[in-house]
Amino acid sequence: MPSMKKRSYVIESKTFLTDEIVSMWIIADDIAKCAVPGQFVSIYCDSKSELLPRPISICDTDADKGLLRIVFRIAGRGTKEFAAKDKGDKLDIIGPLGNGYLDAIVSSNINADSKAIIIGGGIGIPPMLKLAKELKCNKSVVLGYRDFIYMNDEFAPYGDVFVSTEDGSVGTKGNVIDAIKNNGIEADVLFACGPIPMLRGLKQYADENGMTAWISLEEKMACGIGACLACVCNSTEIDSHSMVKNKRICKDGPIFNAKEVDFS
Amino acid sequence: MNMKVNIAGVEMKNPVTTASGTFGSGIEFSEFVDLSRLGAVTTKGVANVPWPGNNTPRIAETYGGMINAIGLQNPGIDTFVKRDIPFLKKYDTKIIVNVCGKTKEDYVDVVSRLAKEDVDLLEINISCPNVKEGGIAFGQNPDAAYEITKAVKEVAKQPVIMKLSPNVTDITEMARAVESGGADAVSLINTLTGMKIDINRRCFAVANKTGGLSGPAIKPVAVRMVYQVAQAVNLPIIGMGGIQNAEDALEFIMAGASMVAVGTANFNNPTATIDVVDGIASFMEKNGINDINELIGCVK
Repeated sequence: MPSMKKRSYVIESKTFLTDEIVSMWIIADDIAKCAVPGQFVSIYCDSKSELLPRPISICDTDADKGLLRIVFRIAGRGTKEFAAKDKGDKLDIIGPLGNGYLDAIVSSNINADSKAIIIGGGIGIPPMLKLAKELKCNKSVVLGYRDFIYMNDEFAPYGDVFVSTEDGSVGTKGNVIDAIKNNGIEADVLFACGPIPMLRGLKQYADENGMTAWISLEEKMACGIGACLACVCNSTEIDSHSMVKNKRICKDGPIFNAKEVDFS
Repeated sequence: MNMKVNIAGVEMKNPVTTASGTFGSGIEFSEFVDLSRLGAVTTKGVANVPWPGNNTPRIAETYGGMINAIGLQNPGIDTFVKRDIPFLKKYDTKIIVNVCGKTKEDYVDVVSRLAKEDVDLLEINISCPNVKEGGIAFGQNPDAAYEITKAVKEVAKQPVIMKLSPNVTDITEMARAVESGGADAVSLINTLTGMKIDINRRCFAVANKTGGLSGPAIKPVAVRMVYQVAQAVNLPIIGMGGIQNAEDALEFIMAGASMVAVGTANFNNPTATIDVVDGIASFMEKNGINDINELIGCVK
């Protein structure tokens, strides 16, 4: 029998981290209790002209207080509508969705002695916070920004934090790979979320350095649950569900072993 | 109160199904919807071999609608028969299998494979705007539509629904062509060919450049075409195009559709199909209608 449902949740608090990046805590006990790092939620617009849910990654949860945190950038009409809401307003949400990092952690045999790099680029930074909190091993955190930096201090309790900026205003001038090299960070495994060029670069970097890379992908989504086949990525092997060389980002991902993904 | 309708000899418990391509084979949506409450599940188009589909981005939202160019990605008939049909047989609903192909032989191949399978109806997709060959090529030319209908009917063991494209000058001409070819029913409309430009990146919003427009934005066009086809042919019609709720569905039914399909609305509301079933029932109750069949084509 059906077990999933779109539900209305109340916003507990809202803050602007930058002019265009919003952080919200939402009262969502059921999601907070079961979400794992790397999963996302689908958020629906009130406006009848915007039909498709917006996939927004889970930044953090507080299971004791039953709270879910999302951090998103105002990118279009939908996210603009969400950002205009305030404490006490409601958001229609389905989640948690997607696979999250659990399989990645288990299959990489991560233990207390393992070394991991947690990497976020741009709006790919927020979803790495919950992983940084929950992953139990030696962690370095590398955050890449274009210019304005945000949330970097929130990662400090969970590992050494290294920053790269394109303009060099803070940390290493360049990208996250420059920051990894500059700071001589070594690890067995990396976890990353960010723009495709960054993920492509990290796949190659991990390959060259004998590391396992787990990457989080995004694509325009419609259903968000694996039925419509809008949000696929090319895969290196034939997928057992699709029977062709592609995988559903919303259902089979968004977390993939970089080896499974064909960026060419 | 009777909500049963009959499509080409197949009795459905209610007049609501899913629009092909929006619901997969119901596996994912079964977490939200009790499939046994639907008149039928119409599955995503299946071809004789797996198809990889188009490049991404495959979709773009538009005002009151969306454009898709998935490119009929599907796992092929072998996997479909092994995995999807047994899944759907667990539910008390009818199965409508949507069939796609690039050539006449492809369609005939899939339909022949399905002859042995326990499915209720076949819906032949001759109207997908997103694949370069086949598909819509059969759906925009009456002679080709007649030929493909005839070829499919020769091997089909289940009743055949021909799915029509709105991207034609006169849809009644296409409906008459498939009726002459032996079609048992028609479904309409497939998506309207559209385009969206991403002005910031100065490129097409979907990789295929054009895609199929669906959603509430196209509903008035769809209702008009269902009405026209209902006047032109003597075949049961499955109506679709932008149905979001029971009121929308009832417009199609009154225009002449015996059954309706819910598509894009599933993305906005995963229980849209059930909401339409319940909404039709309340409308009937409120208005003292004992049989849904009284409403089919009641607006002339």
